[in-house]
Amino acid sequence: MVWLNQVVQGLLLGGLYALFATGLSLVFGVMRMVNLAQGDLIVLSSFLAFVLAGDLDWNPLLTLVILIPLMAILGFAAQALLLNHTLDSDLAPLLATFGLSVIIQNSLLEHFSGDTRRLHAGAIETESIRVTGQISIGWFPLMTFLVAVGLLVALQLLIRRTQIGRSLRATSDDRRAAQLVGIDNRKVYGIAAAISLATVAIAGVFLGVYSNFSPTSGPSRLLFAFEAVIIGGLGSPWGTLVGGVVLGVAQTVGAQVSVGWGDLTGHLVFLAVLLIRPRGLFARPELV
Amino acid sequence: MSVESSRQPALTRRRWLDIARGLFFACVLGALVTVPWWRSEGGMRDLVEFFTLLALAQMWNLLAGYAGLVSIGQQSFVGIGAYSLFMLGDRAAIHPFLAVALAGLIAAVISLPTAAVAFRLRGGYFAIGTWVIAEVFYLLTLNGTDFGVDLGGGNGVTILSAAQLERSFRGHGTYWWALGAGVGSVLLSYLLLRSRVGLALTAIRDDETAARSIGVNVLRTKVLVWVVAAFGCGLAGAVIYLNLLRVQPEAAYDVNWTAYMIFIVVIGGIGTIEGPIIGTIIFFVLQQKLSQYGAWYLILLGSIAIAAAVWFRGGIWGVIGRRYDLRLFPVQRRISTTPGA
Repeated sequence: MVWLNQVVQGLLLGGLYALFATGLSLVFGVMRMVNLAQGDLIVLSSFLAFVLAGDLDWNPLLTLVILIPLMAILGFAAQALLLNHTLDSDLAPLLATFGLSVIIQNSLLEHFSGDTRRLHAGAIETESIRVTGQISIGWFPLMTFLVAVGLLVALQLLIRRTQIGRSLRATSDDRRAAQLVGIDNRKVYGIAAAISLATVAIAGVFLGVYSNFSPTSGPSRLLFAFEAVIIGGLGSPWGTLVGGVVLGVAQTVGAQVSVGWGDLTGHLVFLAVLLIRPRGLFARPELV
Repeated sequence: MSVESSRQPALTRRRWLDIARGLFFACVLGALVTVPWWRSEGGMRDLVEFFTLLALAQMWNLLAGYAGLVSIGQQSFVGIGAYSLFMLGDRAAIHPFLAVALAGLIAAVISLPTAAVAFRLRGGYFAIGTWVIAEVFYLLTLNGTDFGVDLGGGNGVTILSAAQLERSFRGHGTYWWALGAGVGSVLLSYLLLRSRVGLALTAIRDDETAARSIGVNVLRTKVLVWVVAAFGCGLAGAVIYLNLLRVQPEAAYDVNWTAYMIFIVVIGGIGTIEGPIIGTIIFFVLQQKLSQYGAWYLILLGSIAIAAAVWFRGGIWGVIGRRYDLRLFPVQRRISTTPGA
């Protein structure tokens, strides 16, 4: 029963990891760029929510009203001012986002010190549904999972059904051909970055309520996001969710075996998938 | 200027440059080897740090600048080198100075299975993949007792076999090892790039598909560079901890090792042997002057990385080298203007 409970908790944790991974996967899908600052941007959102919730005396979940547009603008600006100028090389975008990651992490350290923080969202944080004696499902983890599912559905609709989605798909398939029919790829990249950072804002707030965070939490969030994407298979949105779940279950079950083994088990499962199914569980040559 | 008149002077200038370069290197090397007899202990320790950083940077430059392998996981091999030194020196009772070389070899051997995993990923995802692998080595070291190998856990270990050596003997030996690692990394890069492997690497860098079509074994060439870089980083890691004596997993497997390599190579000029040397000098001076500012110092380095990615791709040597057509380590093929030369 203890084990089953761990599996349930890991499954729900997978929702959080899918939230981490969505933005990373979208940016890669559209512009073949890997954002090494993903984890630090998530943690930056957690800290922004922490400050906003404190100053306005709001529930941290409510700060998303401000944070989502704010992060989206930040994403568009960073893409237009910096990252669009790096896309002609393989190394330059990695270098630029790695630099960004170092800057964000150390700026947070400078302002907030290395202490761990937590966002407090009220009763929903602690209340849970008791399924059986030893299995209980927390409301907040369940909500996180449902938000992740909802976000993936919303992104699917955006990409399949809207004009913006068509530009994103066209640019992803063939940038030059898209340009020929009048699509400004730089603008499309800006939009992709904006959407990506909007999801990062959500990921940041949910991370902050889910667990403790500190300025140095970023890199491991990047690694979890990346593992979810690769386990699921590049370009497969539901694959990313499954990847997140696989990773989450591996971590919680590993931690049950021995306290120090949580992350390690997650990494090892990821490496095993890479060896056995290098294209991931649900690889499809499609956009997020 | 006619073709006729430009031939002879160009040749003479090259020959003089060759001789001047040889003399220059001989003098520099002579001065560096004798450092223990005319520098203070503190100065020697600074140089140990300098040369180990140079070795690390040269290895990252080989990977990213020539083989197109952007690794963010080279701290794996720094940590493996450090803990190999501990295992060999303290547990197997091998003399620490000998253990340093073996630590490099152990890192090279361990790098082979990591290549099997990491090479399934490309580009940016390769970069994060190598980082995951580094995390795995970190966590394995941290939880070593669970696997029957006690590596001191989070508190780390002191390399007693090295600490118990006579003080000036250890200082001199460490310095010469560091010098050997630094100079060796430059020499190794130079010889590797002038060999057939260098030619294959240039072909791969310019066009991987074309290189494959003319018979270059792309995978084998990249794996070779990966293993060589692991050897270099492992050896440098062992020398670093021969100097520091206390190994802690968090510090030994710190991603900042790779961050430093990246900054050095990018500032100096990626894809050149001169670049990392200049980069190490600049990085070292910055570190001495600014590391007291902690976070701000790293914020500055991050900004430099972004600036390098967006505005000055070639780094400092990229600008100087092109401006004056200068090459301290000629590894590229030139079209000779003189028949038979």
